[in-house]
Amino acid sequence: MKLAATAGGGLLLGFHGARAAAAEPMILDANAASAALDFNSFLAIAPNGTITIFSPNPEVGQGIKTAFPLIVAEELNVDWKQVNVVQAPLDTKKYERQVAGGSGSIPHSWKRLREAGATARVMLIGAAAQRWKVPAEACTAQNGMVLHKASGKKLSYGELAQDAAKLPVPQDVKLKEYKDFTLIGKTYKNVDNQAIITGKPLFGLDFYREGMLFAMVQRPKAFGMKVKSVDATQAKAMPGIIDVVTFRNNVAVVGKSTWQVKKAREVLKVEYEAEGALESTADHNRLFDELLNGSEATVRRQDGDVEAAFKSAAKVVKSEYQCPFLPHNPLEPMNFFAHVREDGAELIGPTQTPERARGEAAKYLGLPPEKITVEMTRMGGGFGRRLAADYVMDAVEVSKLAKAPVKVIWTREDDMTAGNYRPAVKYRFEAALDAKGNMIGYKLRGVGINAGNPTREQNFPSGAVPNLLIDSVEHKSPITTGPWRAPITNFLAYAEQSFLDEVAEAAGKDPVQFRQDLLEQAKKTPTGDVKYDLDRMIAVTKLAAEKSGWGKKKGPDGKPLAQGFSLYYSHLSYVAQVGEVVMEKGKPVVKKIHAAVDCGVVINQSGARQQVMGGIVDGMGHAMYGNMTFKDGAPDQSNFNSFRLIRVNEIPEVEVHFVNNGMDPTGLGEPALPPTGAAVSNAIFKATGKRLYKQPFVEEEPFKGIS
Amino acid sequence: MALFKLQINGRSYQADVEPDTPLLWVLRDHLGLVGAKYGCGIAQCGACMVHLNDEATPSCVLPVSAIGASKVTTIEGLSEKGDHPVQQAWDEVDVAQCGYCQAGQIMAAAALLKRKPKPTNEDIDATMSRNLCRCGTYHRIREAVKVASTKLN
Ligand code: FES
Ligand code: FES
Repeated sequence: MKLAATAGGGLLLGFHGARAAAAEPMILDANAASAALDFNSFLAIAPNGTITIFSPNPEVGQGIKTAFPLIVAEELNVDWKQVNVVQAPLDTKKYERQVAGGSGSIPHSWKRLREAGATARVMLIGAAAQRWKVPAEACTAQNGMVLHKASGKKLSYGELAQDAAKLPVPQDVKLKEYKDFTLIGKTYKNVDNQAIITGKPLFGLDFYREGMLFAMVQRPKAFGMKVKSVDATQAKAMPGIIDVVTFRNNVAVVGKSTWQVKKAREVLKVEYEAEGALESTADHNRLFDELLNGSEATVRRQDGDVEAAFKSAAKVVKSEYQCPFLPHNPLEPMNFFAHVREDGAELIGPTQTPERARGEAAKYLGLPPEKITVEMTRMGGGFGRRLAADYVMDAVEVSKLAKAPVKVIWTREDDMTAGNYRPAVKYRFEAALDAKGNMIGYKLRGVGINAGNPTREQNFPSGAVPNLLIDSVEHKSPITTGPWRAPITNFLAYAEQSFLDEVAEAAGKDPVQFRQDLLEQAKKTPTGDVKYDLDRMIAVTKLAAEKSGWGKKKGPDGKPLAQGFSLYYSHLSYVAQVGEVVMEKGKPVVKKIHAAVDCGVVINQSGARQQVMGGIVDGMGHAMYGNMTFKDGAPDQSNFNSFRLIRVNEIPEVEVHFVNNGMDPTGLGEPALPPTGAAVSNAIFKATGKRLYKQPFVEEEPFKGIS
Repeated sequence: MALFKLQINGRSYQADVEPDTPLLWVLRDHLGLVGAKYGCGIAQCGACMVHLNDEATPSCVLPVSAIGASKVTTIEGLSEKGDHPVQQAWDEVDVAQCGYCQAGQIMAAAALLKRKPKPTNEDIDATMSRNLCRCGTYHRIREAVKVASTKLN
C-alpha cells in the first residue's frame, strides 16, 4: 500500500511527527509523495469523493480497525458508508504507538484521531466558504457535504478537497461535544466482515508470493537444552527441500511447500544437550512453597504497621492460590514472511508490535531501520504472544541464511511448546480482622517463575487497608514467559477477589457490602496513594449488583441462587461481574455471568460488547481448563487434544451493561477478563461450599470424578 | 509426486503433490484457496473445515489421495457473491473478532443447516463444538446459526 496511490491528488491530512501530541496539523498535496513521507497521516479525500481513513494500529481481533476510523469519521462528519478503511504499514514518522497491547490504543489516540477529523472538517468548510464568498460560520458540514443554509448551496468533500488542501491549517480546532456525536456509540460491523466470511486472504498465514519459500523450524524439545549436532542429510534429500540452516538454537528446513518442509523436519537428526536446569512442574510446586516461606522478598508496597495489626487481630484469614503456565494459543499460529536483501528487508505478517519487529531485524541485519519495511496483516488472535518478535526473527534469519524470500510457519505444536507463556505464579494472602470484622491488615506475597512482579501493588485493596504489605519473589527459569492478555491480573484478580470473599465470610459480611465498605473507607480515610477511581469502582459494583439481582434470586431448587461477585480495575477500565452457578447432576454449572463495565464512552456497541463477552469466555475457559505442565523442561501439552480450550457447549449466558458516564474512552481488549475467574469461583463456593485455590478448576474438588 | 484431479467449488483443478499431502495444504499452497485455515492439523479445531460432498470435514487430516471423485466445497465456493444465508447471518450478527476461525465455523454451520434446516439449541452446540474460537465468539455463533436458519425457512 502506498499513501500517494490511495490519496490520488486529494486532501491528505497529517500531523508533524515531532509535534503529534500538540497536534499541529498540516495539509499536504498528496501528489507530492516525497513531502508526504514526513508526516503522520490519518485520512485522504480524493476528488472523486472517496474517503480513505488509515488505521495505523495492528488489528488482532480487538476491533481497532473499525473503532479508530469511526473516531476520525465522527469529527469529519461523513457518512460511515462513504469510508474506506485501509490498514497503514509501520511508519514511525507518520504515526505514534503502532502497538496492539495494554488496551492502550483508544486512550492514547482518542484525542489525536478526533483532531485529525475535525481539522479536515474545518478546512473543507473553509474552502466552501471561500468559494461561495460567505462566512465559514454560516456553513455546516454533514454526511460528507458542506452546506450553506441561507442559499441552499452545497458541495461534496470530494469537490472541495483540492481547495481545502491549499488553506492554512487551523490551530486548536474545536472538537464536538460528546452529546453531538452521531456515529460514536452506535452499532457498527467489523470493517473486514466481507473478507472474513468469504475467505479472502487477510492473515499472515494467507500471504503468498511468487517464488517464496516455506520454512519450519526445529527447536529443542525441552527448555534448558541446546543443539549439539545436526545431521540434515536425510532431510535435504526429501522432495521439495532446498536448504537446511542452523541459527540460534534452531534448525530450519527450507523448501517449496508447507507439507514438504514439515515432513522433512520429521527426519532431521538433531542431538541436544542440557545447558540449564530441566525443570518440572513438581519442582516448581516445591519451589513455590520455599519462596513463600523465605525471608527474602522485594517489597512492593508497605503501609502502616502490618505486624502490629496482625498481632492485635481478632481473626486472621490466610490462603494460598496457584496458577499454571498458559500458552497464548492464538488460532493462527506464529508465522512471518521476510525477504532480506543486501540493502534492506521486507517483513510482512501478524505482529502486535511492528516497531519492535523492525528494531530487532535492523539490529540483527546491521541495517538502519528505515531500510526495513513492515506490513501488518490482520492477526488471527495474539493475546500478547505477538508482542514478542522471536518468530519474526525466525523469518529474518532464515531468509538471510537461505538468501530467499521465506515464510516461516509454526505448527500448533511449535506454537504451544516453544514458550513465551503466561508465567506460573503462587500467592499467599493474609488478612487481619478486628472484633467488628474490619480488615485492619493485609499481606500479599506473590512468587512466580519468570513473572517479574506478579503483584499489582497499587490496585485495590491498596489504599483501603490501613496496614498493608505486598512483596514478591521471582524464580528465573529457562522456561520463557511473556505478557498474556491482561498480564498478571489475568490470574491475580481471581486470587485476590476469591480471597476477599473468604475475608468477607470470616467477617460475617455480604461480599458486595464488604467491598463497598472498603471502598467507602478508602474515600473517607485513604491510606497512602489510591491509584484507581473509587467512585467508578463503587458505580460498577452497584450496577453489577443491581442488574444481577444480587442476593435476591432463587435457584431452580428454590434456595437462594449461588452467586459470586468479583470486581477489578485494570488497563484504565472498571469491571464488576456476578457469576451464577446451579448444580446439575452433582456438578456445578456456570449458567450466567453479568458484567458491569466502565470504559467511559463506548465507541462501537457491537465491538465493545464482543470484547467483554469474549474476555469473559476467555477468562472462564482458562480458569476452568487451562493447564500447561512440564516434565524435565518439556511441555506435557502440545496441541488441542491435550490442552483444553473452552468450546461453545461450555459457555454461560453473558449479560453486559455499560456504565456510560461520558468520560473519555479507555481500552477493552483486556479489562473484562481478570474479574471472571473469581465471579466463577465465588459462585462455585456458594453452590458447593468449596473454595477453589487452584486453576484449572476442573481438576479441583467440586469437579472430581466428573468429566 | 503425483497428479491429482480435484473437483472444487464446481471447477476442476489439478495439483502435483505427494499423495499424503492434506487437502488443506493443497488448497492453500498449491491452488491459492486460503479460506480454509490451519489451526491444529489434527482435526481438533475446525478452522480448516470444507465440505466433502456436503459433509463438513476437517481438511487438515484428509490426504489428497483419499478424495477421489468427491466434490469439495470451500468457503470461497459456498456462494458466488458471499451471500449464502449463513454468510449473511455471520455479517448481520457481526460474529467475528479476529475472524480466523470463522470460515471453518461458517462451513460447519452451513453443513448443519443443509442436513437440518431447523436445528435445536442442542443440535447447534453438538455440531459447533467441533470448532474452536479462541476469541470466544460462541454466543454470536449460536445466534448467527439461528438467524441463518430463519433465512432458510
Ligand atoms: S486445522 Fe484442521 S481441525 Fe484444526
Ligand atoms: S474469531 Fe478469533 S478465533 Fe474465532
